[in-house]
Amino acid sequence: MDDSKLDLLQGTLDLMVLQTLSVMGTLHGYGIARRIEQVSGDTVLLNQGTIYAALVRLLQQGWISGEWGLSDNNRKAKFYAITAGGQEQLDRETAHWRRISDLMLRVLEMQSAGGEL
Amino acid sequence: MKTPAKDWFRRAFHRIGAFFRKKPLDHELNEEMAAHLEFAVDELKGRGLSLEEARRQARVRFGNVGQAQEYHRATRGLPGMDILLQDLRFAFRTLRRDASFTAIAVLILALGIGANIAVFSVVHTMLLRPLPFSAPEQLVRIRQNDPKGGESSMTYSTDGMQEFQSQTRTFQAVTGYFAFSGPENVKLMGNGQPQPVTGLMVAGNFYQTLGVQPVLGRDFTEEESLKNSRPVVLLSNPFWRQHFAGDTSILGRAINMDGTPFTVIGVLPESFDFGSVFAPGAKVDLFTPAILGNMEDWGNTMALVGRLKPGVALSQAQLEADSLFPRLHQNLKHPYPNDGYTARLFGLKDYVSGKLRESLVVLWCAVGMILLIVCVNLSNLLLTRAASRQKEFALRSALGAGRGRIVRQLLTESLILSCAGASLGLGLAFAVTSWLSHQSAIALPLLSSVHVESTALGWTLLLAVGSALVFGLIPAFKISDRHLHDALKDAGAGMSEGRSHDRVRSILVASEVALSCVLLVGAGLLMRSFLHLLDVDLGFQPSRAAAISVSYDDGNNIVKRGAILRQVIERVEQIPGVETAGITDSLPMSTNRSWDISAKGRTYANGELEDTFVYVVTPGYLNAIGMRLVEGRDISWNDTDPKLAVVIINQTIAGHLWPHEDPVGKIASIGGTDAQVIGVVADVHETSAETAGGWQMYVSQTAPQFGPDGAELVVRSALPPDSLALSVMGVLRQMNPSQPATEFRPVQQLVDHASSPRRFFVLLVGAFAALGVILASLGIYGVISYSVTRQTKEIGIRMALGATAGSVMSGIIARTLRLTLAGIAAGTILSLALSRTMATLLFGTEPTDPVTFGAMILLLAGVALTAGYIPARRASRINPTIALRNS
Repeated sequence: MDDSKLDLLQGTLDLMVLQTLSVMGTLHGYGIARRIEQVSGDTVLLNQGTIYAALVRLLQQGWISGEWGLSDNNRKAKFYAITAGGQEQLDRETAHWRRISDLMLRVLEMQSAGGEL
Repeated sequence: MKTPAKDWFRRAFHRIGAFFRKKPLDHELNEEMAAHLEFAVDELKGRGLSLEEARRQARVRFGNVGQAQEYHRATRGLPGMDILLQDLRFAFRTLRRDASFTAIAVLILALGIGANIAVFSVVHTMLLRPLPFSAPEQLVRIRQNDPKGGESSMTYSTDGMQEFQSQTRTFQAVTGYFAFSGPENVKLMGNGQPQPVTGLMVAGNFYQTLGVQPVLGRDFTEEESLKNSRPVVLLSNPFWRQHFAGDTSILGRAINMDGTPFTVIGVLPESFDFGSVFAPGAKVDLFTPAILGNMEDWGNTMALVGRLKPGVALSQAQLEADSLFPRLHQNLKHPYPNDGYTARLFGLKDYVSGKLRESLVVLWCAVGMILLIVCVNLSNLLLTRAASRQKEFALRSALGAGRGRIVRQLLTESLILSCAGASLGLGLAFAVTSWLSHQSAIALPLLSSVHVESTALGWTLLLAVGSALVFGLIPAFKISDRHLHDALKDAGAGMSEGRSHDRVRSILVASEVALSCVLLVGAGLLMRSFLHLLDVDLGFQPSRAAAISVSYDDGNNIVKRGAILRQVIERVEQIPGVETAGITDSLPMSTNRSWDISAKGRTYANGELEDTFVYVVTPGYLNAIGMRLVEGRDISWNDTDPKLAVVIINQTIAGHLWPHEDPVGKIASIGGTDAQVIGVVADVHETSAETAGGWQMYVSQTAPQFGPDGAELVVRSALPPDSLALSVMGVLRQMNPSQPATEFRPVQQLVDHASSPRRFFVLLVGAFAALGVILASLGIYGVISYSVTRQTKEIGIRMALGATAGSVMSGIIARTLRLTLAGIAAGTILSLALSRTMATLLFGTEPTDPVTFGAMILLLAGVALTAGYIPARRASRINPTIALRNS
């Protein structure tokens, strides 16, 4: 993983985690990491271990909650769920992302549309 | 992601919480990550991989576990604090390992910082802090232009004071105090023996003008300053506490002073210490209102203090005073033609401590230099230490520590050292200042209120951090600057250390020597001045003489007084061990007053005559105090002629009134009274050894023409005063049962008191100079000793090649000398430039005094040689075989 990818990820990993939890409900760390990998078509964007820094950051901000429990195959694991505050933050950030990506798209399309001003 | 403020605070709160719960959180994380890996293994095994392959792939996908943990921790807690704690822990560990280095460093710093805080506290109290009165900048001390006649020619009559009060337009209030109170001038009668206490008469508006409120009771009223009013008294706070145990019911009660009951109307605040502001070293217990109506005929008695109207400048007031004072009358009922006054106005603060400004600045500079030397010395120590840690740093750097990280570590170490030094220094400063504030023997103003306060604490913090930066930065950069590869190589086998380090250290040591040069010269010059002062012929011999104030009851009968005094002296002289005794009304270098004397029948131009100190004495006094009769005879008990008194004059008067003539037998006029000159005595230094005596005369206690103002019995004896005190007191009690238990004190005390400020400064600057020399010699020793250690192999080789022990030793001593001489040369130039600025502080000593400079050079060279000799000797004993084998 090179540096430019990491830069992108630092801002977005938190958002991915929130979105995953919002859609999937309660999940443990491995589940979240796998889910993100699957959605991205198994492109390994990140070392799975980095997810834990994102999780603790979101926990401390109160956007997710975490509790120990048992998995389907009876393993002890910590399960995370999105909170109401987390949902609000997710909505805010999603809107923000949409605006940015719309803007970026338009700017990038400008080239192909030719340059008559 | 953007974070709202409340979420930011929540996060900060969690982070701090996490910082303190590392262990359980780490444990939880480990479990979580272990579970993660197992989920991954389960899933991969499900896809048909072998257990081993599943595990490998799970790990690959997870990434570096340690890094992930580190990343998690940095996000979770306070990484900056973690590094700081780590640095602190590491610093403490290394410092503890080097216990002797740490102890020396902390001790040196404590001395440097402690001395600085203590001196700053003194400077702050005496120079910087305003006086403890309300709007102190408006307060002005008014005194006459020419204070040659002592207090009498600095003070004003009560009539003059009142006239000025009513005519001035620049002052909102004018007040004053009676300037001729001696210590222990009041007998406090109560149960048992009468107690000597010190009372002072102040104008009724004294406290009101200063803005001092009694903490208990009330101030004087206007009626209480009138004739025949009920006598009242205000108590000083310490007196109230010591004498009445802080009893508040004392208000309204009467205390018996010299047989008269005075009603206590109030207690003054603790912050008000009359002596420390107006009469350094004196302590006043009781204050009574001056009954001005009774004092009209007493002449000049009041020392004036005024409060300017708001917005009036001192120069404006001076202009007004210049025109008003010459027109004031000394005595309205008996005005005489030339009783015009002069006035010179001083800001009260300036008057109190202005004279000390230069001394204090010198003192301040001296401690500043000490701190500089301390820093240089510590830089040196740290550099030495750091040089021997060269390999450690190279290793750490090779393991990935950045340069900033290493500098940060070194700064943390020096910060710890300076904080430890500062706290110890603060303790030291507290001890020194509290000791100083109880030194009543030192006649310095405001000394009693010296203490370490918040400003000084701020100063400490500044000094601690500042010195940490100064002595920590040089070595820190010096080290991290070096190519660390070189360090690893350099420290390898067979190499002696590079020269560049040595150069920095040599410059540091040379500057240390230069600074201690300056300190030594300063201390030396002050010391020489002080020695000159001790050598001054005072005109009397204070050693072996002691004095006690005597109270007697003569019922205002002059004949009876003579008989009593004669009997006192005769009986005291019979005490075994007493050589001679005599009585005077005032001792030299204590209270004084002045009258006029002129040759009878001659007229003098204005200004030709000077105010003359007068002493009313008994026969034998001149002998007892050790004065020299140059001509004529002493006063005798028979000199009681009511028409012609007798007077003994000093040589100064003789030279002025009867130049080229024999004054003995001439008739003088003393304030209109005829007196025959019967003798001439050598001049006595009245105020201090530093100032000439002026005009002095001695008249008889038993002459009906003159009234004495108290009686001080002076006893000359080879025995210490303590061993005589009991028998002398026995005689006095026999003669007068109500003789108070006054102290029998050596006359030397008076002389010491007068020279105490100088002694104080000499001692302090001397102590600082000694400290500077010790530190400099430590520095020299450190540098030379260290370079010998580093060059052991080189020396071994040279000796193997035929160098003798002597040549090795002389080489090292020559290096020491070069170092020292460079420092001394720089220091001498610096001292020559600086010593001129303290010329006014010197007495009988030139700022370029060759003896001082020579002694300084010899002393420093000697100390340096000793400091260099020890390592040189060690070097000369190096055994080449052992030295070379060890590499």
